[in-house]
Amino acid sequence: MSVLEIDHLAVDLPVEGVLRRVLHDVTLPIAPGEAVGLVGESGAGKSMVSRAVIRLLPEGAAVHGDIRYAGDSVLAMGRPALRHFRTHDVAMIFQDPRAHINPVRTVGDFLVEALVERGERRESATTTVTALLASVGVSDPERRFRQFPHELSGGLLQRVMIAAALAVSPTLLLADEPTTALDVTTQSDVMVILDARRRERGLAMLFVTHDLELAAAVCDRIAVLYAGLLIEDVPTGDLRRDLRHPYTAGLLASRPDPVSPRRRLAAIPGRPLSAFEIGPGCPFAPRCPFAVARCLSERPELRDLDTGRVACHRAEELRGQLLSIATPGAASA
Amino acid sequence: MWKVVGERAVSLVVTLLMASVGIYGALFLAPGNPATLLAGGHATPAVLAAIERSEHLNEPFFARYWHWLVAVLHGNLGQSFVYREPVTTLLAGRVGNTVFLVLYAAALIIAGGVVLGLLGALDRRAGAVITVVTSVGLGIPSFVAAIALITVFSVKLGWFPVFGTGSGWLSQLWHLTLPAVALAISWTAYTAQLTKAAVREELGREHVETARSRGISTRHVIVRHVLRNAMIPITTVSGLTVAGLIAGDVVVEQAFGINGLGSFLVQSTLQKDFASVQAVSLILVATFVVVNGLVDVWSLVLDPRLRAGRA
Ligand SMILES: Nc1ncnc2c1ncn2[C@@H]1O[C@H](COP(=O)(O)OP(=O)(O)OP(=O)(O)O)[C@@H](O)[C@H]1O
Ligand code: SF4
Ligand SMILES: [Mg+2]
Repeated sequence: MSVLEIDHLAVDLPVEGVLRRVLHDVTLPIAPGEAVGLVGESGAGKSMVSRAVIRLLPEGAAVHGDIRYAGDSVLAMGRPALRHFRTHDVAMIFQDPRAHINPVRTVGDFLVEALVERGERRESATTTVTALLASVGVSDPERRFRQFPHELSGGLLQRVMIAAALAVSPTLLLADEPTTALDVTTQSDVMVILDARRRERGLAMLFVTHDLELAAAVCDRIAVLYAGLLIEDVPTGDLRRDLRHPYTAGLLASRPDPVSPRRRLAAIPGRPLSAFEIGPGCPFAPRCPFAVARCLSERPELRDLDTGRVACHRAEELRGQLLSIATPGAASA
Repeated sequence: MWKVVGERAVSLVVTLLMASVGIYGALFLAPGNPATLLAGGHATPAVLAAIERSEHLNEPFFARYWHWLVAVLHGNLGQSFVYREPVTTLLAGRVGNTVFLVLYAAALIIAGGVVLGLLGALDRRAGAVITVVTSVGLGIPSFVAAIALITVFSVKLGWFPVFGTGSGWLSQLWHLTLPAVALAISWTAYTAQLTKAAVREELGREHVETARSRGISTRHVIVRHVLRNAMIPITTVSGLTVAGLIAGDVVVEQAFGINGLGSFLVQSTLQKDFASVQAVSLILVATFVVVNGLVDVWSLVLDPRLRAGRA
């Protein structure tokens, strides 16, 4: 059974008084201990999915569909149940630790806060968290405890955030671009630590990123979001071997050139549409080199295909051809 | 931290010295003979000669200033030639009333302003009402408030005395309630608006979102993350409030016939009692400077980022 089931999730957010759709239809189960990478371009709605899971959507958001944790609807939870869910079952790692940790309270206060909140004594919480700091590669935990966030580097602070998330022994981690705000040099260190701690504890994770390569490196499955629609869900092992969706193929083709990483190879032409802008057909149709008339009029359903799910009318027939466009060099077409 | 506090202390002392030079020097910038000024304008040549001697008026400016400063530091604020008494004696019976009034008003401002501001930020409907009420409150000068309060609560309803300060703690509290309210109204409105804006701003911060995502109770989020951080901007501008209270005190003491420093300042100005005016000005300015120094240190306590000495 899944630890988390996102079930036909749709979200509208108020923009100048009117509701605007940001997520159309997202169905995504996560099994216990499984890491799912949610990828897509900026504005696709990735953050909204992870926020919806922990009920942190902006005020006035209208949510449809359901999100179930261990069978219980998160959306239907009352205050006490929601608090229990947040203090015991799930923990979120945010993108920018500098903004997401209170600057005027000590690192120690931040680390133990959730444990103390659910009734633990401060001393025992301190012991738990001190051990965790060492495990995420923060040296001299006693001193760090007394320091304030501005006295720590971004990389260290993000390790603190990871330790704080692990402290409550959740079963599910939500990580929204956890390394994007960091120095390039520390990004991979932090990612390695997050990945290692998650694996050894067997935590499920929803890993939100725009970086398909990174997601593929640490996740068991990749879910691709486009304009508020889930368009593909594929085991990481099949991602490169067996391309099934033109957009995913395009994303793979536009990865940084391994020789000169600053150059991006064959970025997908055109701009990504926002969820509220898409027509009745396939959201990717305006940019898709394989689009046919049907793609503009009829929205492709997300359907099972082999080991994964895909939303493309032409998935079966394109399966063989897509590999060539995702291979650097053959990409200019 | 202590290094920064030390720096602030030094600059505070320098500010106080400069202010004292200004206040003392005013005696000599004012038109007319300083001895005549000190005597209050009507004095015989013999009295003037005595004043010149006792106040070292024939010595160079900084020597005179030095004598004066040393005396002030020993608690001797000079001689009132109008009342023929040491200024310290004249002030002794009045300082208490003013301190009581100002602290009373400050307590009302802090309690009222923060509660209203918090309520306004947290509750949309209360917020709309509070915005209107505080906008009106902000525009009420303390002398208008004083007249209105006296008319309604003293004259019509008879709940509070019209005049004076009372004796004994409770009676003083009763006598000074209307004056304190008159003094506090516009500053409470100001503090409420400021608190509301600060709390709104903090509510939208990412770290508050983190706290929510961790299941921290609303009460703890508000106290530890929202109010705690909002206190920083509120504290920063409280120096301005102190200045406003000192200025407003003069008006309110006059309106309610309170025998305090403010009304004494007005009286001695009318009497041309220069020594007394000088002494009261010195006290008011020193209070302002010292309170602002304390506000500075309190900001350091509240905001660890300032302690690094970066800002
Ligand atoms: N508070 C808000 N009110 C209304 N619309 C919003 C709000 N926040 C985000 N949006 C819109 O919702 C859509 C999805 O935003 P989201 O933050 O989930 O994107 P994302 O995939 O996480 O992108 P990024 O990679 O830039 O973080 C975007 O089009 C964005 O403009
Ligand atoms: S449905 Fe049509 S437009 Fe959409 S991805 Fe498939 S081929 Fe392209
Ligand atoms: Mg995002």
